[in-house]
Amino acid sequence: MDSIHNDLNAPHSMGTTIIGVTYDGGVVLGADSRTSTGMYVANRASDKITQLTDNVYICRSGSAADSQVLSDYVRYYLHQHTIQLGQPATVKVAANLVRMVSYNNKNMLQTGLIVGGWDKYEGGKIYGIPLGGTLLEQPFTIGGSGSSYLYGFFDQVWKEGMTQDEAEKLVVKAVSLAIARDGASGGVVRTVTINKDGVLRKFYPGNTLPLWHEELEAKDSLLDSLSAASPEPMVS
Amino acid sequence: MSRFEESAPARGGFSFDLCKRNEMLMQKGLKPSSYLKTGTTIVGLVFQDGVILGADTRATEGPIVADKNCEKIHYMAPNIYCCGAGTAADTEAVTDMVSSQLKLHRFHTGRESRVVTALTLLKSHLFSYQGHVSAALVLGGVDVTGPHLHTIYPHGSTDTLPFATMGSGSLAAMAIFESKYREGLTRDEGVKLVAEAICSGIFNDLGSGSNVDVCVITKGNREYLRNYMLPNPRTYVSEKGYSFSKKTEVLLTKITPLRELVEVIEGGDAMEE
Repeated sequence: MDSIHNDLNAPHSMGTTIIGVTYDGGVVLGADSRTSTGMYVANRASDKITQLTDNVYICRSGSAADSQVLSDYVRYYLHQHTIQLGQPATVKVAANLVRMVSYNNKNMLQTGLIVGGWDKYEGGKIYGIPLGGTLLEQPFTIGGSGSSYLYGFFDQVWKEGMTQDEAEKLVVKAVSLAIARDGASGGVVRTVTINKDGVLRKFYPGNTLPLWHEELEAKDSLLDSLSAASPEPMVS
Repeated sequence: MSRFEESAPARGGFSFDLCKRNEMLMQKGLKPSSYLKTGTTIVGLVFQDGVILGADTRATEGPIVADKNCEKIHYMAPNIYCCGAGTAADTEAVTDMVSSQLKLHRFHTGRESRVVTALTLLKSHLFSYQGHVSAALVLGGVDVTGPHLHTIYPHGSTDTLPFATMGSGSLAAMAIFESKYREGLTRDEGVKLVAEAICSGIFNDLGSGSNVDVCVITKGNREYLRNYMLPNPRTYVSEKGYSFSKKTEVLLTKITPLRELVEVIEGGDAMEE
């Protein structure tokens, strides 16, 4: 009983699986939706992909409070920058701002982030900004506790120049694989596709995701199983 | 170390002299005195016309019930209320502080307060104290942009949800919400569901108890239903009453409420812009 109470006061952290993938013409960002406080799921439908500007989004993992405040600061800086520049900010600038805040406050923040977006100069770009505040531009990147289970998967399946459809399917498959194996990831799969035509948000509820090895069908309620036909009693 | 140690003259500021001694006592097993916590079950849900907030009324100091009928639903603005769980002093102080800030903001902007304003003020304050202000809040209200319900955690993270529970009784209350909540509830259905969730916390969680408070907020109107349900009445009251020894003087208590004197001045000067 006590451990549950300790859990409720534990800091809100996002166990998480977050993914960012480039394809031919843009990027696809994906994430699960579980926010946990210790062993309790505080929010089973959270949105970990936050908007920074019209064309740049950020995937958050680690401490919920730290990542929310960091995104708010960077959104504010980018808004000012856009006004001063007179045109939409580039993904590189957004990622660098995130990196600056993350690096300069590295002792106090505990959050791993993926910045992804599309701009007219470089096209679709993905930047990974893990715990210490490094900035790494990569064709794809994974983060969060669930990412441990995906390194081998991506090594096998990743290829350059995928189509939008292929990239989206890859991201959904990867997040659902991580959800199957990582206790701190779960809920629904959210994806955000960003290209020259704009932003497309997609939502995959938990029960539409494919089942993996030995997983059981999701049931809406235990009460449903009561109304189903009960097995015949054994007669000796 | 000299044999004669003169104690230094008292200097200003906090004296940390006893900290080592306190640490030693804690290691030996002495538990520090606990502060007043609201064990608590607090809930909120969005229904078709607005939001409904609910809370129990027990305030605990360790294993003892310090207040059997405390108010956990705090006023933030005429259209925004906030339930608080955690350390009672922290929830009171932080909601009072943000409520005053919202009022000043209303004077400044000339508009009705928005729920996201309260949310941002609360979350920035709590984040800057890095979780040491132990206040877990359920903030709900209706403004020009519609009904909103948010949860705010002591470290400063927030969630926006259609139904939410917080406090030690949150698991019991969430069980009720997860099985019975649906979109587009009517006012009566919503109040009934909220009361049921709070009762679940009251009866199944040791840190929650006593009565149910409910607050219904809709566009342009709010109803604060204090002690909406009293499921824990005092069942036995002795008819004999209490007898005092002859020495005690029992005085009669009479409370006269002060009447508010409001003078309306006819034809006063018009306010200058």
